[in-house]
Amino acid sequence: MKKQKLIIIGNGMAPGRALEHLFELAPDAYDVTIFNAEPRVNYDRIMLSPVLSGEKEFEEIIIHGDGWYIKHGIMLYKGHKVVNIDRVAKTVTSDAGTTEPYDKLLIATGSSPFILPVPGNNLPGVLTYRDLDDVRAMLLAAQSRAKAIVIGGGLLGLEAAAGLKSRDMDVTVLHVMPTLMERQLDPAAGYLLEKAVEARGIKVITKASTKEIIGEKKVEGVLLADGTVLPADLVVMAVGIRPSASLAKDTGLECNRGIVTDAGMRTSDPDIFAIGECAEVGGQCYGLVAPLYEMARVVAAQLAGNSEAAFVHSETPTKLKVTGINVFSVGDLGEGDDRQEIVLRDAAAGVYKRLVLKDDRIIGTVLYGETSDGAWFHDLTKKRTDISEMRDTLIFGQSYQGGSPLDPMAAVAALPDDAEICGCNGICKGKITGTISAKGLTSLDDVRAHTKASASCGSCTGLVEQLLSLTLGDSYNPSAVTPMCSCTDLGHDDVRRLIKAKGLKSIPAVMQELEWKTSCGCAKCRPALNYYLVSDWPDEYADDYQSRFINERVHANIQKDGTYSVVPRMWGGMTSSKELRAIADVVDKFAIPAVKVTGGQRIDMLGIKKEDLPAVWADLGKAGFVSGQAYAKGLRTVKTCVGTDWCRFGTQDSTGLGIRIEKFMWGSWTPAKLKMAVSGCPRNCAEATCKDIGIICVDSGFEIHFAGAAGLDIKGTEILGLVHTEDEALEHVVALAQMYREQGRYLERIYKWAKRVGLDEIRRQIMGDADKRKGYFDRFVFSQKFAQVDPWSERVSGVDKHEFRPMATIPYQQAAE
Amino acid sequence: MNDWIEIGTLNDIPRRGARCVKTPQGKIAVFRTMEDQVFAIDDHCPHKGGPLSQGIVHGASVTCPLHNWVISLETGKALGADEGSVKTVAIKRDGERIFALIERVALAAE
Repeated sequence: MKKQKLIIIGNGMAPGRALEHLFELAPDAYDVTIFNAEPRVNYDRIMLSPVLSGEKEFEEIIIHGDGWYIKHGIMLYKGHKVVNIDRVAKTVTSDAGTTEPYDKLLIATGSSPFILPVPGNNLPGVLTYRDLDDVRAMLLAAQSRAKAIVIGGGLLGLEAAAGLKSRDMDVTVLHVMPTLMERQLDPAAGYLLEKAVEARGIKVITKASTKEIIGEKKVEGVLLADGTVLPADLVVMAVGIRPSASLAKDTGLECNRGIVTDAGMRTSDPDIFAIGECAEVGGQCYGLVAPLYEMARVVAAQLAGNSEAAFVHSETPTKLKVTGINVFSVGDLGEGDDRQEIVLRDAAAGVYKRLVLKDDRIIGTVLYGETSDGAWFHDLTKKRTDISEMRDTLIFGQSYQGGSPLDPMAAVAALPDDAEICGCNGICKGKITGTISAKGLTSLDDVRAHTKASASCGSCTGLVEQLLSLTLGDSYNPSAVTPMCSCTDLGHDDVRRLIKAKGLKSIPAVMQELEWKTSCGCAKCRPALNYYLVSDWPDEYADDYQSRFINERVHANIQKDGTYSVVPRMWGGMTSSKELRAIADVVDKFAIPAVKVTGGQRIDMLGIKKEDLPAVWADLGKAGFVSGQAYAKGLRTVKTCVGTDWCRFGTQDSTGLGIRIEKFMWGSWTPAKLKMAVSGCPRNCAEATCKDIGIICVDSGFEIHFAGAAGLDIKGTEILGLVHTEDEALEHVVALAQMYREQGRYLERIYKWAKRVGLDEIRRQIMGDADKRKGYFDRFVFSQKFAQVDPWSERVSGVDKHEFRPMATIPYQQAAE
Repeated sequence: MNDWIEIGTLNDIPRRGARCVKTPQGKIAVFRTMEDQVFAIDDHCPHKGGPLSQGIVHGASVTCPLHNWVISLETGKALGADEGSVKTVAIKRDGERIFALIERVALAAE
């Protein structure tokens, strides 16, 4: 059957989840194309607050990395905003002019923040809180600005306020209602919340109606309706969201607040579906993740051909993600003659619990301070359990039912199999424990990978860990460091320390002495151990090629079709007619299908058959080329600009320094790839300020930068310090690289290592301690004696011949007749 | 018709490594484990067709170099969270010599 074309507009959490379901139900039914107005992959939007507060990094909240899109053959247009849907021709067109046809269209344009219609709302310094760009803007503002005002005392506003406060800003929250989070909390809990927020040094002003945002060229303050003026350098509006339905409206689809759909998530056009915050189903728009995931489940089933699948409304608990403040609320909290309530207050402990009852059933729950029974109360509501029997002890929670208090484990053990543990993903207890047993899962990460429980907002992590220890018994140890892999309980740092301390000098010795649980490791630990041993014992350890990833074993980069690509070194990005001629000849001789200029100032030849590699290298070697190690967890390139040789702005010989560094450091292995650059002046044409290590030449010398990133994560470098001569620059850069080589965890880029170790510590050792620096430098130089061997010429002369030849070739048999 | 065909000796394959055998039906990957067991499977990952012979061999399994699927050399089945399987090829040893049970394909006789 021919595949249908499915186009998705939007790449948020709802369509991401819908695709996961769809690939499970009907893996081959659709060719999928996604247009994403944000220039990135799908990430967990509800975890933006921890990114703002610094508790998490962006890469930790990615749901689908680039690999996932490749794996599923999805065409993802990043940074393309769809501007037109042609329902007659069945095509969509993006602002970049790309037009794609569809058989089925899924609109998931989400929502946009509501902007208060007050004067000054468009001044620079007024932000919203919606996506990663907003978070980055706030972080930038937090660096230089002192006073922040957050308008809106709901979930988002409070999370934004807490995040900005943890970035050392002076924060005031303005809320128009008398108590905070009034939509989810009753006044008593709202009051406790206000006290807790104020105790963290955040000012709260309730009943504050914003009249105007004042300022000339940028924000200077906020004017309230009562005439109060509050000075501010940054204003964050978090007053609500509205569904982004304008594209659908322009197309003529039926819209109210959101895009109107039936229970099957189908819009007024039968070939167009809508899910997520932009959709309006059963007359209601949704903003919390659980119902959005429910929509995703329904639309996937519909797309897979199940026309019965239907969205059912359910109440979703609200939780505030501010570390140290526990709030839980769900259901109907209103008062009325037909209702009763049970309230528990413990002022000293800061605990408030309130259950709203009707006909002996719980219809609403608010918990403040102590929220661990939230899931249980919610479960009683959903099941409409008659609570008259346990009414006297109900408020104390599940542990207090049926006699003496039980330990918390017993409470989890007592939950029925269909009790919901993960609200975001709708995962019940039975699914988690069943999967742990069936698949032999042993860690929280395993459970997240197989069931999705605890993989979104993470607030059920404690419960999932209890289920793990309940199912696995004593063999589950949650407090341990994250092990390198399932072959050991030791983390990377312990293994590195013990390799040195015990003088372990081979992979079998490490596995024996550190009690590896498998006979010969796995594809995660073996390359890591091999690197640690190469790095720690450069002269004594014999590199174990069978523990290297294929690229480092055959010194070329494997491509999706099993061919390889080859990149020769071009020192500092300089080349010559002779070199270019040699490359051209090799390309012709071996009929190499693609030649490409890389981002690191050299030339990539793609599509080479493995058997041809030694002959390709032989020809390149004759022209003087050596391996560019474009495949290595090691030194890659040193990018340069033309510096004082040619440039009218150049302050130093940046090309010469780049070549000198590359000639000094090539061949060295590092925990992850190491890319460098030298720019000849602060105009920075070599883009040194997003490299692992970079140098900016200035009149007075050389500014050394490090810990930049320009991949999935984008991060400017940090400054290590200024040195005055080229020799000093080389010594400092080399010492820094060696410190990273000795301390980094395998596959940990330098910016992550630096964050873990601390920038000040690195500066102290490299800039401030000449003996330490000299020690690092000398150890690097020693290690290079064994590392600087061109792997290509080795293989041309016969090393690892078996790698490049089939063991046997079985021909067609001659027909007997 | 299936035949036991001699494809080489144990020493041709590095421990925790693999070599390829080209056949008219495609490439077969022949693995040698740390304990000198020999296995053969199609050199084609059930996921995206990655060359399994290029992967890292650990225990009696191999990790595909393209997207890290782990394939059991004994059963050809994907291990862990992934599902799929690859054809296994029977192997017979006579001392150092290795034989594989391979289908003979005759060229059309004309």
